[in-house]
Amino acid sequence: MSTTGLNLKKLWVPGIYVIILVFLATLPMFGSAYSIIFLISILMYVILAVSWTVFSGPTGYISLAPAAFFGVGIYTSATLGNDLPFTALIIIGGLISTALALLVGALTLRLRGIYFAIFTFGLVELIKHTLLWYEVKFTGTRGRFVVVIDNETIYYALLIVLAVLLITAFIIRRSKYGLALQSIGEYEEAASHMGINVTLVKVLVFGFSAFFMGAAGAIMATRWTYVDPYIAFYLLFSFMPVLMGILGGMGQFYGPIIGAVMVTYLEELLLTKFPYYYMLIFGVILVVAILYLPQGLAGLIEKMRRRYLGGERART
Amino acid sequence: MVTFLDIVIAGLLLGGLYALIAMGLSLQYGVARVLNVSHGEFIMLGGMLTWTLYTVLGINPLIAVVICGPVAFIIGFAMHRTLFKSLLGKSPTVNAFEGSSMLAAFGLLFIIQNVALIIWGSELRSYSYLQSPVDIAGAIFGARRLVTLAFAVVIGVAFYIFLARTRMGKAIRAAAQDPTTAGLMGVNIDKVLAICFGLGAALAGIAGVLISMCYPVHGVMGLEYTIIAIIVVVLGGMGSIPGAFIGGFILGIIGSIVSYFEPGLALVAYYVIFIFLLLVRPKGIMGK
Repeated sequence: MSTTGLNLKKLWVPGIYVIILVFLATLPMFGSAYSIIFLISILMYVILAVSWTVFSGPTGYISLAPAAFFGVGIYTSATLGNDLPFTALIIIGGLISTALALLVGALTLRLRGIYFAIFTFGLVELIKHTLLWYEVKFTGTRGRFVVVIDNETIYYALLIVLAVLLITAFIIRRSKYGLALQSIGEYEEAASHMGINVTLVKVLVFGFSAFFMGAAGAIMATRWTYVDPYIAFYLLFSFMPVLMGILGGMGQFYGPIIGAVMVTYLEELLLTKFPYYYMLIFGVILVVAILYLPQGLAGLIEKMRRRYLGGERART
Repeated sequence: MVTFLDIVIAGLLLGGLYALIAMGLSLQYGVARVLNVSHGEFIMLGGMLTWTLYTVLGINPLIAVVICGPVAFIIGFAMHRTLFKSLLGKSPTVNAFEGSSMLAAFGLLFIIQNVALIIWGSELRSYSYLQSPVDIAGAIFGARRLVTLAFAVVIGVAFYIFLARTRMGKAIRAAAQDPTTAGLMGVNIDKVLAICFGLGAALAGIAGVLISMCYPVHGVMGLEYTIIAIIVVVLGGMGSIPGAFIGGFILGIIGSIVSYFEPGLALVAYYVIFIFLLLVRPKGIMGK
C-alpha cells in the first residue's frame, strides 16, 4: 500500500464530518422551515449525547445529570434573556453549568459508580424542587417567559456549539487526558498508581461536558417561549443522552451521533401520535441495546466493516 | 402537645409505607445487586390492580394483598430469570453489572409505566375504603392509615424472621455476602437471586395495595416512590433490611415535621438528607 493511499484513508473520516457540517451550514438557504425545526431537535440531542459520552463513555461513570446542566442553561437564558445578548447567554449558561459540574464532581466523583449515578439523579430532582418552592414562595408565580429568537439563529447557534464540541472532544480523545480517562474506566486503581490524578481528570472532563449541555440549554430556552422547573429539569433529558450513547455505541466517535439521530427521528415519528407507545419503544430499545448490543450500533458497523473489508487489520 | 403528637403519628404512618417500599428495594440491591429503579412501577401496578379489583369486581383491598403480592412476585421472578440473569452472565465485573442492570431497570420502568398508561389511561384513580376516623390520644386518623401501618410492621417483622430463621433466608444471606462461595456450598444461586428479586417486587406490589387505600393512584406515580425508596435505602444502609425498616420510619417522621412547617420543602428536605448522607456516610446508618 502506498503512502498516499494511507493518507487518503486518514483523511476519509474527518472529510465526511466536514462535508456534513458544510451541508448543514448551507441548509437554511434551501431547506424548508420544517426541516430546520426538525434539525434543531436533532442538533440539540446530538450535543447532549456527544457531551455525555465524552465523560461517561470512557470512564463508565453513568451520569444522570444532563437534565441538571441542560436545565441550568435554560434557566440562565430565561432569567437573563432580557438584559444580555444571545452569545453572552450561551457562554454564561455553559459556564454556570460547568461551575455546578465542577462542584458536584469534586464532591462525588470519589464515590463508587452506582452512588455517583443515583447522586446525579437526585441532583436533578433537588434543583427542580428547590426552584419550584422558591418560585411559589418568593416570586409568587411558577415559570417565566423567555425572549423568542428566530429558528435560523437558533439553528446556527446549535451548529456552532456542536462544531466546537466535536473538535474539542476529538482533541481530548487523542490527548493524554483521553488516555487517562480510558484507563480510569478500565481499572481506576491501576490508573491512579500510574500517577494519573484520577479525581482531577474526572472532574475536569465532567465540567467540560457540562459546558456544552448548559450552552445547548441556553439556546433551546429561546425556542420554548415559556419555561418552568418541570420543563427545564425534565428527567427525560437525563435519560435520552444515555439511551443515545448506549444505542449508538460509545466506543466510536460517531456512535452517539448515530444514536441521537435515530432516536430523535423515532421521537418525531411517534411522539405526537402515540406518546405511550413511543415511551414503551424507548424502554424496549434501551433494554435490547443493553442486552444484545454492548458496543452499540457503531460496534455493529465496525464489525461488519471488518468482516467485509477483511484483511484490513492484518496489514501491518 | 397535640400538634406534636399529630406530627409524630402522621410521620409513623407515612414511615410504615416508606419502610415497606424500601425493604423490597434493599433486598433487590443487597442480594441481586440490581438497583431496581422500576421498583415504583410495581407499587403502581399493585395500586392499579387493587383499584380494578375493588371498583370492577368488588374485591376487598385487603384480599387484593393476597392477589397483588404473588402477581408481582411472578413478574419480578421472571424478570430476573430472563433479563438480569443474562446481563449478569455478560458483565465482566460487579460494578459493570450494577451499572448496566440499573440502566436496564430504567428501560423496564418506561415499559411497565407505559403499558399501564395504555391499559388504565392517565386519570387519577381512587376509591373510598375504611375511612372511619380513629382517635389516638386526641389526634384523628382514618382507620385505613392504621391498617397500613399494621401491615407494614407485620410484614417487616415476618420478613426479618424469614431471613434470620429459615433455610431459604440463610441461603439469601449467604448469597448477599459472597455469591460465588455460596454457590460452591450448594446454594442454587440463580434461583436465590430470582426469588430475592421476586420478593422485592412482591413487597412493592403489597405496598401499592396499601398506598391505593390512602392516596389516589395513577400511571406515573412510580418514580416518586422509587426515589423515596432509594433515599431510605441509602439512609438505612444499602442492602440492610433492618436499616431500610428503621430508615423508613426516620424519613417518614422527618417528612412529617418538615411538611408541618413548610409543605413545599418536604421533598427538598429528602434530597438534602440524601445528598448529605452520600457525601458523609454513603454506607448509611446501619451499614457495615
